[in-house]
Amino acid sequence: MTWTQKILRVNLTTGEIRTEPLNMAWAHQFLGQRGLATKYLVEEIDPTLDPLSPANKLIIATGPLTGTAAATGGRWSVITKGPLTGAIACSNSGGFFGAELKFAGWDMVILEGRAEKPVYLLIENEVATLLDASHLWGRTVWETEETLKHHHQDPQMRVASIGRAGENQVLFAAIVNDLHRAAGRSGVGAVMGSKNLKAIAVRGTVTDAYRPADPEGFAKAVADAKAVLAANGVTGQGLPTYGTQVLMNVINEVGALPTRNHRDIQFEGANAISGEAMHEKRPTDGKANLVTNAACFGCTIACGRISKLDPGHFTVKDKPQYHGCSGGVEYEAAWALGAANGVSDLEALTYVNFLCNEQGMDPITLGATIGAAMELYDLGILTKEEAGLELPTGSVEAMVKLSELCAAGEGFGRIIGLGSRRLCAKYGRPDLSMSVKGQEFPAYDGRGLQGMALEYATSNRGACHVRGYMVSPEVLGIPMKMDPCTTEGKAPMLKTFQDLTAVVDSAGICLFTTFAWGGPDIQSMIQPALGGDWSLDRLMELGERVWNLERRFNLAAGLTGKDDTLPPRLLNEPAKAGPMKGRVAELGKMLPEYYEVRGWTAEGVPTAATVQRLGL
Amino acid sequence: MQKSLKIDPNKCTGCLQCEMACATKHHGTFTISRSRIKVFSFEAEGRKVPYTCTQCDEAWCLHACPVEAIRKDARTGAKYVKDDLCVGCKVCTIACPFGTVNYVAATGKVQKCDLCGGDQPACAQACPTGAITYVDADWTGLDRMRQWAGKTDTNPAAV
Repeated sequence: MTWTQKILRVNLTTGEIRTEPLNMAWAHQFLGQRGLATKYLVEEIDPTLDPLSPANKLIIATGPLTGTAAATGGRWSVITKGPLTGAIACSNSGGFFGAELKFAGWDMVILEGRAEKPVYLLIENEVATLLDASHLWGRTVWETEETLKHHHQDPQMRVASIGRAGENQVLFAAIVNDLHRAAGRSGVGAVMGSKNLKAIAVRGTVTDAYRPADPEGFAKAVADAKAVLAANGVTGQGLPTYGTQVLMNVINEVGALPTRNHRDIQFEGANAISGEAMHEKRPTDGKANLVTNAACFGCTIACGRISKLDPGHFTVKDKPQYHGCSGGVEYEAAWALGAANGVSDLEALTYVNFLCNEQGMDPITLGATIGAAMELYDLGILTKEEAGLELPTGSVEAMVKLSELCAAGEGFGRIIGLGSRRLCAKYGRPDLSMSVKGQEFPAYDGRGLQGMALEYATSNRGACHVRGYMVSPEVLGIPMKMDPCTTEGKAPMLKTFQDLTAVVDSAGICLFTTFAWGGPDIQSMIQPALGGDWSLDRLMELGERVWNLERRFNLAAGLTGKDDTLPPRLLNEPAKAGPMKGRVAELGKMLPEYYEVRGWTAEGVPTAATVQRLGL
Repeated sequence: MQKSLKIDPNKCTGCLQCEMACATKHHGTFTISRSRIKVFSFEAEGRKVPYTCTQCDEAWCLHACPVEAIRKDARTGAKYVKDDLCVGCKVCTIACPFGTVNYVAATGKVQKCDLCGGDQPACAQACPTGAITYVDADWTGLDRMRQWAGKTDTNPAAV
């Protein structure tokens, strides 16, 4: 079976490092990664604790398909109580770090307590050591990775670390691995920073830590599933060519591209920051922003963007460290740093994206928070004196400057680092924070796509696009086309998507495969990998179990059904233009039905019967 | 017919499916540290380059081996390691100018690409982008020749 069946437990307060057997009963109930690590977290922490206190735990988790040949089998997750939301945080990343952790023989690493001084964790197969990181504190992710590889004379080492944002406990700090892959959302990097843990470096050469129960069956299933991805238009053509940025013009045309802090729903500058634009030659130096696409471990889609800036652009003119290739903008980042602020300078967005990777920040929350600050400024609530600079909506210079200040933890950047909910509350306009449960929306407007509105409102980690992805049926027609304007049928479809997403995230593969793969494709790989009986029905029930487990954690943490809502702007201010003109998010029509199909009470609490049915 | 692995770095996305296929074929594991093909990532240039043994005809490794543990498969042209003879002296790793013969601490022997015995090599089979293909050894440059031939203007008068 493809669990290593081993957990590494590290107490940063005492320095004690222990090996534990994986709880296999839980593994059969929750599979791995997101589900299984959530189970461990729920059992081990008080849900009401302060996320940045030493009592919080940080769980680094792989799934049973992580580190296998399954296409996209490189995913890993960070599970903790999130500082941005106070809700359960599960942040998912690709790259090569997760697979390497598995090669070293570990399903999970549980980090507890707080180190007295900055440390990093070195894992070389079965041996784990805590080492002094004083010399790394204050360094960027890029410098940290290079320094560690050099120091340990191991270029094949994989590193996940935090930058200055995580050290400064920016509430949307990310943990970045392989230079530009991130566990980006919900502020998991701030929790790592609060523990004085700078980095985790891992190298795995163990050859018999895990094997598929049925190697031949697994190889066949993997080959078949790879063929399905290659033959599909989205995973075989669209994503490799344009990355997720393939969506910018599509969503704008649909009339669901939130713009200027959701004041508008279409962006006149969308084309200039789109995937197509990344391929075009710049007038300044005749080169394209995009150099090539790149894959995460085992991924046959390769949606990753590798970009190179115009070295003459004002953002990087005298900064040669940004003149090489690095991770370029994906759709959500391009939207948040661009459309959400009214900015359409692709080079500036790419630079700030580099900065987010280098210093470990979530570009979605960063961009959305700057968008909110700009609206406060436009309204005269936030003054130039307080912010230290002029920040009208659409100002490229202000967007860049605020991002730099936030990463450095200086000036008004400290306030930006708290996220939009705290920013807007501070200036007496909480309604201007475009967030749910304190986490900012990604790049789809809930007035244009009703299913997405319901998905945002009910997501366990705050507003989120990867906890169901209703864009698939509502825009792309996957698995079938649903009218984005109607509320009918959205609740049951969303439940299915949410449960399937939980399975995908728990298995160790990437959500993007679901553009092409259905449940049976995924089941066909899990079955030979693990052996035993893994029917699709069982997996879908497992997904539902994970969802309800997360929900129960949130309820225990003090969130209620009242938090399943949207900002008044989406509920009351009709879209001003485009195909969705006049529409609002009709959450009230969908939420009661959603609670019902979930088997929850009218207050959004799982009923005793549901809890019992799922064996929670 | 002898065949060769042909590598086109421009098509490589760095997914490491080739490394996993190699490790699985020879060791029954996904652990890529055991792979005989290695993808190098040059981050600042945005390049990924798969690299493995070129199967030199007058192979340095083969000539350097003091116990004749490296042999030539007459059918496939592959130079392969006879594990029962290898004493782990590592002279071949010094002799190879390309670094594609490697010592394996766990076994105390060296390992190198053996073209999977001449069948369709696992790395080429696993590659999703066609960056690694297995082609007629006499015509490893055929694609590139065809590409340049296509650029030849044979009818300048028509322009």
